[in-house]
Amino acid sequence: MIEQNLSLLLVVIPLLAAPVAAILPGLRPPWLLALAVTWLCFVIAGWQLFTVMDGSIISYELGGWAPPWGIEYRIDAMNALVALIVAGIAAITMPYALLTVEKEIPRHQVPLFYSAFLLCIVGLLGITQTGDIFNLFVFLEISSLSTYVLIAMGEQRRALTSAYQYLIMGSIGATFVLIGIGLVYAETGTLNMQDLHLRLQPILDHRTIHTGFAFISVGIALKLALFPLHLWLPNAYKYAPSAISVFLSATSTKVAVYVMLRLLFSVFSSDILMIEPTEDILLLLGIFGVILASVTAIYQRDIKRLLAYSSIAQVSYMVLGIGMASNMGVTATLIHVFNHALMKAALFMAAGAVVYRAGSSRFEKIDGMGRQMPWTFAAMFIAGLSVIGIPGTAGFISKWYFVLAALEQHSWLIALVVLSGSLLSVVYIWRIVEVMYLRPATDTGLSVKEAPYALLVPMWSLVLANIYFGINTELTLNIADISVKLLDITD
Amino acid sequence: MIDVFISHYNYWIVILLMMAGFYTVINHGNLIKKIAGLNIFQTSVFLLYISIGYVDNGTTPIVAEGFTRYANPLPHVLILTAIVVGVSTTALGLALVVRIKEAYGTIEEDEIQEQDMIP
Repeated sequence: MIEQNLSLLLVVIPLLAAPVAAILPGLRPPWLLALAVTWLCFVIAGWQLFTVMDGSIISYELGGWAPPWGIEYRIDAMNALVALIVAGIAAITMPYALLTVEKEIPRHQVPLFYSAFLLCIVGLLGITQTGDIFNLFVFLEISSLSTYVLIAMGEQRRALTSAYQYLIMGSIGATFVLIGIGLVYAETGTLNMQDLHLRLQPILDHRTIHTGFAFISVGIALKLALFPLHLWLPNAYKYAPSAISVFLSATSTKVAVYVMLRLLFSVFSSDILMIEPTEDILLLLGIFGVILASVTAIYQRDIKRLLAYSSIAQVSYMVLGIGMASNMGVTATLIHVFNHALMKAALFMAAGAVVYRAGSSRFEKIDGMGRQMPWTFAAMFIAGLSVIGIPGTAGFISKWYFVLAALEQHSWLIALVVLSGSLLSVVYIWRIVEVMYLRPATDTGLSVKEAPYALLVPMWSLVLANIYFGINTELTLNIADISVKLLDITD
Repeated sequence: MIDVFISHYNYWIVILLMMAGFYTVINHGNLIKKIAGLNIFQTSVFLLYISIGYVDNGTTPIVAEGFTRYANPLPHVLILTAIVVGVSTTALGLALVVRIKEAYGTIEEDEIQEQDMIP
């Protein structure tokens, strides 16, 4: 019985907890509430994934109104996987947040911080649960608005301008999505994704549908930080509080990738890729994204910015997978969504730990600190290997599938791009090693101690997850397989 | 040709407002003006939705005797939600501008960038 309600509970529980967190006094009570809620969501998301693992679908009718009239929450393996990533990363970020938030956020803002954090989780989980395209827009805005607030809470004043820049870009993107939804609604008269899919098939070559599709794609591409619409991302990740960098880097762009997959394949169907030059555009932007973002990452002089550019490159891989429009390509994308969340969260946690001790993420301030903080550095190193795609780490599995997908289509260019992206990541990960380990420490650097356990434990659990999912790929592969079958992609 | 143009005048207004708003967001360096441009941009989308809901010779969607054609109320309901989203975005944007003014002493983009150049 309760299985039917899981999808709604995932959204309602954090939504109810958010205002409560805002009025709780002190530093610990709001944190405890957020901790309890995120772990509860994690358990529910795991349960939900377990329920749909056999390829079944959960459908929940909000308010008892049957779809397509009412709003429907529709969960298959892909939704459940992305929901699990969001809830899981939120749950693991919470223990990490306690100390970093006490250090970075003014005392009176801490309850509001956790409240905004919970709202952000509501938005991201809502996007993954809903089967209604307008509802998706609303959740997209809930998550975005709370994200702007969270980024603006960063210590330096540039956090404010970064948040403002993101607000402008993000709102334009969301409005584009809204225009697209309006045009599609004008043509079909429905908002339910299943229903839309059926009604869109005979009219896929209409001009209005093409325009709507273009607006939606560009809007999502902005949220996804697809090259060349990525400019908001590096500053947003750099100036945000450490816990938020961790959470956003692992979840927000991944959820946007999910939205793109869902709309492209479940709503419009892969046939629209054949009519429009969309496929080529996606591949071209993906290729440029991988190469240019990786090269830019090499020249960064700040560890958080370097990781942010690496994120853009990794998201471009996912776009490449979508652009290939084959079962194998989308499988690779889904596996990478999961694996990249693990590796980037671990890397940003390690970077956050360095910032916690050194007070800065700039290279000249953190010279040689890897020797003072061996556990943090080791975590960063292993997660870095995962980004490169060394066998035995989760990153290898996703890179492997990207190459397989490219070879399946005899596209040597894409295979070459995937491999050279990996080589470029060797260079920028090595730069971190060089700065943190090989350079002599500055005087202030010598007095730095290892990060506290509250930061090390979440960081290392993610590192171990990286290794575990690099060796045991059964779970990720299974889920990706079932999801792709349900997407019904025609090559 | 001209008939089509005139009978769809509301859509032309939508396009005009959309472009004006979008241009303002991109072109203006003043942070408040950017927010205003964003607002105009969003308003044009509201008009688009309201236009979509209109049915020829339809009346207000209230069931009453003697009327059989009604305008489609759903886009109007949707746009109520979108207006709420737009208001929140504007409020948050303006709040950020206030904080930026406190931190930098200016709301001109180029002056802010100049200050950020000096680390």
